[in-house]
Amino acid sequence: MAIIEQDTTNPGFKWIGTRPIRPDGYEKVTGKARFGADMMLPGQLEGAVLRSPHAHARIVSIDTSEAETMPGVKAIVTGADFPDLAEAGAGAADLDLAVNVIARDKVLYEGHVVAAVAADTRKQAQAAIKAIKVNYEVLPHVLTVDEAMASDAPILHPGTRTKNVEPAPEADSNVISRVVQQLGDLDAGFAAADVVVERTFTTKPVHQGYIEPHAAVADAMPNGRVHVWCSSQGHFAMRTMTATVLGCDPTRIKVTPAEIGGGFGGKLSIYLEPLAGRLSQKSGRPVRIVMNRDEVFKGTGPASGTKITVKIGATNDGKLTACQSWLGYEAGAFAGSPVGAATMTMIAPYQFENLLLEGYDVVVNKPKVAAYRAPGAPMAAFAVESVIDEIAQKIGMDPIELRLKNASVEGSQAAYGPKFPKIGYVETLEAIKNHPNYQIPLGPNQGRGVASGFWFNAGMNSSATVHLNEDGNVTVIVGSPDIGGSRASMALMAAETFGIDVARVQPLVGDTETVGFNDVTGGSRTTLATGQAVTEACEKVKVDLMARAAKTWNCDVADVEWVDGQVQKLDGSEPPLSMAKLARGWGRTGGPVSATASLNARGVGSAFSTQVCDVEVDPETGIVRVLRYLTAQDAGRAIHPSYVEGQFQGGVVQGIGWALNEEYVHTAEGTMDNPSFLDYRIPVASDLPMIDTIIVEVPNPGHPWGVRGVGEVGIVPPLAAVANAVSNATGCRLTDLPMSPMRVLDALNQKSNGGNGH
Amino acid sequence: MSRTHVTCTINGDEVEFLCEDDTTLLNALRDEVGLTGSKEGCGTGDCGACSVIMDGALTCACLVFAPEAEGATVVTVEGIADGNKLHPLQQTFLEGAALQCGVCTPGFLVAAKALLDENPHPTETEVRYALAGNLCRCTGYDKIIRAVLAAADYNGSEG
Amino acid sequence: MKYLAPKTVEEATTLLAEHPGATVFAGATDVIPQLKAGRPEPEALVDLKKISQAVSVSDEGGHWSIGAATATAKLTGNKALAAEFPGLVEAAGLIGSDQVQSRATLGGNLCNASPAADSVPAMIANGMRAVIAGPGGTRTVAVEDIPTGPGSTQLQPGEFVVSFELDHAPARTGDAYLRLIPRTEMDIAVVGAGVRITLDDAGNVASATVAIGAVAPTARRVPAAEEALVGNPINDTTLAAVAEAASAACNPIDDKRGTIAYRRQVAGVLARRAVVAAAERAAASTNGASNNGETR
Repeated sequence: MAIIEQDTTNPGFKWIGTRPIRPDGYEKVTGKARFGADMMLPGQLEGAVLRSPHAHARIVSIDTSEAETMPGVKAIVTGADFPDLAEAGAGAADLDLAVNVIARDKVLYEGHVVAAVAADTRKQAQAAIKAIKVNYEVLPHVLTVDEAMASDAPILHPGTRTKNVEPAPEADSNVISRVVQQLGDLDAGFAAADVVVERTFTTKPVHQGYIEPHAAVADAMPNGRVHVWCSSQGHFAMRTMTATVLGCDPTRIKVTPAEIGGGFGGKLSIYLEPLAGRLSQKSGRPVRIVMNRDEVFKGTGPASGTKITVKIGATNDGKLTACQSWLGYEAGAFAGSPVGAATMTMIAPYQFENLLLEGYDVVVNKPKVAAYRAPGAPMAAFAVESVIDEIAQKIGMDPIELRLKNASVEGSQAAYGPKFPKIGYVETLEAIKNHPNYQIPLGPNQGRGVASGFWFNAGMNSSATVHLNEDGNVTVIVGSPDIGGSRASMALMAAETFGIDVARVQPLVGDTETVGFNDVTGGSRTTLATGQAVTEACEKVKVDLMARAAKTWNCDVADVEWVDGQVQKLDGSEPPLSMAKLARGWGRTGGPVSATASLNARGVGSAFSTQVCDVEVDPETGIVRVLRYLTAQDAGRAIHPSYVEGQFQGGVVQGIGWALNEEYVHTAEGTMDNPSFLDYRIPVASDLPMIDTIIVEVPNPGHPWGVRGVGEVGIVPPLAAVANAVSNATGCRLTDLPMSPMRVLDALNQKSNGGNGH
Repeated sequence: MSRTHVTCTINGDEVEFLCEDDTTLLNALRDEVGLTGSKEGCGTGDCGACSVIMDGALTCACLVFAPEAEGATVVTVEGIADGNKLHPLQQTFLEGAALQCGVCTPGFLVAAKALLDENPHPTETEVRYALAGNLCRCTGYDKIIRAVLAAADYNGSEG
Repeated sequence: MKYLAPKTVEEATTLLAEHPGATVFAGATDVIPQLKAGRPEPEALVDLKKISQAVSVSDEGGHWSIGAATATAKLTGNKALAAEFPGLVEAAGLIGSDQVQSRATLGGNLCNASPAADSVPAMIANGMRAVIAGPGGTRTVAVEDIPTGPGSTQLQPGEFVVSFELDHAPARTGDAYLRLIPRTEMDIAVVGAGVRITLDDAGNVASATVAIGAVAPTARRVPAAEEALVGNPINDTTLAAVAEAASAACNPIDDKRGTIAYRRQVAGVLARRAVVAAAERAAASTNGASNNGETR
């Protein structure tokens, strides 16, 4: 159960911190909510997509002639139907985006789109897809960091030279770039150490695994305008990206957000929207395209597979003296793995004076990676937190004590540049240490593991509009898709600002033409930044209403004040004017009342999480079962604690899946061998215990309500927390994910055969 | 090609639709009947988002050929409330924040209803195993399990 | 593709003769995913669930008759069957989720011919027979002999399994099925082991059947394990022999679900554990004629 630590500096909230029913909940429990695939327009065609069966191949020819004549087929598109952005001088990211949406001269991964069809029925579209003849010249492929970095590796993008390497390389490479974080004197740091632990870790690509497959409906008008309905983490971003790929101005496109059935970073980019858009332009009819699960696995996501070496030194009394790391992150087929974020986050919980972290962004013949909840951080934390745990074992220190001795605090130098403002890392460690779970005795074959994690959180751009309605209630319009209860938190912040019952606030997510620009729902930014915009817009409405009350009373605005949803005259000479009364009288005071706030949120507050996991390992089969799990995370301020806990719990369970069973399995041909929820094993209810949560609240001084953002950091510690618990239970240090029964039994066998079980 | 005519009872109403013989019940519900509450998360019976109760048995609508529904009684998420009076599960899911994105919610509600119809007072472990065929990626299941247990308590208080 | 739902065995055999390209199905829990994954579309789908013989469970005196198209939920819900053959019923109950349980069938599980089918080792351990209907009439074949390899069976064109026969268990008999999956539910067995044990009055093993799944092209008996058990008590020596024999009997492949080495090692572990579970049930058994003279 949650323990809300009262913040004595800011007591007395009436609505923030309460748990009302979310306003969009009723649609969602009755089946009325409309998700991406639920849209149906008159005359709508159904689309299907042809994808590459090869990991790497040159497209010699595409013959659509037979498909064009098939029953019901109304339009077909291939790469040739989209503009060549290179000619238009587009940047590398836009070029990659366009070619990822639909291949041009070659396919770079199994699942890469080659063509799309719109037909009267889905079955007709699928039949037409099968009739498109593509002549491929299959090329050799690379699947891992090691394969891609080999000297004789086939090159995905000829002409690529690794950036940020001295001297500048003269040969083509699959390594897109190198990033470095450096501090102090590494040699001196290791020289000061009594204990040095160095290990190499690997992780496989994992998918975000949202239950709703991608879907898009597009309806093109004869004047070139395209209306798109899709579920995404940011409809403004969908608009910009779709326009880029279609080669038009963003405002030629309108995007209406559908309810989104999970994203976790995987719905930040476009896949189907330009295809549906162009098919609609060609056919003159609305077109819907819905992915199946196989396409979701092969054509979207995943998170990077990685290879990471970490070397850390410590003194016998538990001072961490130096950290060196080499990180190779798979980017998928195009540049852009989150290796930079990995180097910036991996040791953020600790005060290291000496460090060298080198990361490499490496392209391989797999789907272009997408963000996944604290992108890049969990894998690197797996490596660092495992090594920290091993150091604690070696020097015989409690793993929380070791972390407390080295913990980053306000004013500490973060490896990635800034000095930390007020942060709550130590508080998460103390919360775990003092929780009864940390003291429960363990039985045979059971083990306990601790790990911590860091995530920056983000601010970025948000807009919100608040309308006072004629009955005195308010409508709050935001442009941030609600992926986990944000409408509830917007309503709470508005209610708190006005001092009115939350039921009087109706929040909604507007389309790209009814609300000002908003960046994506990602980076744990929505409650922080969009919440700040909502708060500022509400404040503007309050200021306006106070002015109108003063006008009504013929007094100076300085003589009125706002109290609990109404305006009062300071001298008490007039009865208060409620929002409803002010609304009724707005014709005499200047007309209806609305306000918009648009801002770039600057007061970002970073988040830390510490978690403890208890497991039991079956020593004969290698099966690992999670017995209990506790997470403590600094939320800054929990606006709606139930959804804060939900974010903690969801992140933890995704991390447990990553730790134990989830992975992309590839064949020797470079195709995915497990593209289904049967064989890509996300955790099921019976795999898990309750996930106990502690909401730590160290308010973010940069935010009106103290919010930090809670969506992401929860997934950072679990990989290591589970691995450390397995190590504690078995004496085997597992360094490769997932810790499948086979891997665990292998380690146990090696140990019983006299090896060290590593 | 001529389509097959199917008559069945859905959420208490007699419904007729036309379908091709290899259409799944899920696609027929969504595209022919217009009930889009049942979701396709996988199409292979592995996620439970399309859970319906057919002739009293919980099943994945994606694993049923639509013509098999001839003469059958089908309950979908749209049919578990009594008009605008929510089923106790719908109420406890809302009160307990047992949904985040909400796309798996219809399947969970239908599966949990099937469980409670059969076993009004399940243990936590029974709930976890009974709902193992329903995937949720947002919540980590914690609040879903609690909401089902809370709805079971509600059963008790209702006598 | 036409959907056909015959109401009798005869009607079904006639339809199958008329549509040689037809696919027979019961629960469709394998057929639909396979069609979606690109399996060639058959000319017709013949649904066996309207044939009463194929969807009923009855005690025929000397044996149980279990319809091949009976949903496994009906088996787990049958108290008498579950009391007499808990291992078989548990194996049937492991096929997929509750949602799948209302559709999945023993006939489908067997005839889909996956080496990993959960019910098959349990059916083999219990000596079950399949009643097969076809153009030449009916024939009865041991379940063990039906699968011939991954995805293939000895069924001839136009034939289908109508029902299974399961002889009542003798006194002091118990069965068990255990499988290894990475999660707790929803997975395909990496290894499965079905065992049936009958004890004599002294507590030694009078007869034993040990069958393992997912470790060879078809589920298979492990005669060496059975021999190690018969005439002996259940102790560390016999259990070690069972484990060794089960591991030795494996002829697995490396695939996305498991490695050869893992399957071999764990087959021994599961066979041993299933023997222990079956023997415990046998010792506690109230089945059979010696049960205080009670009639069933």
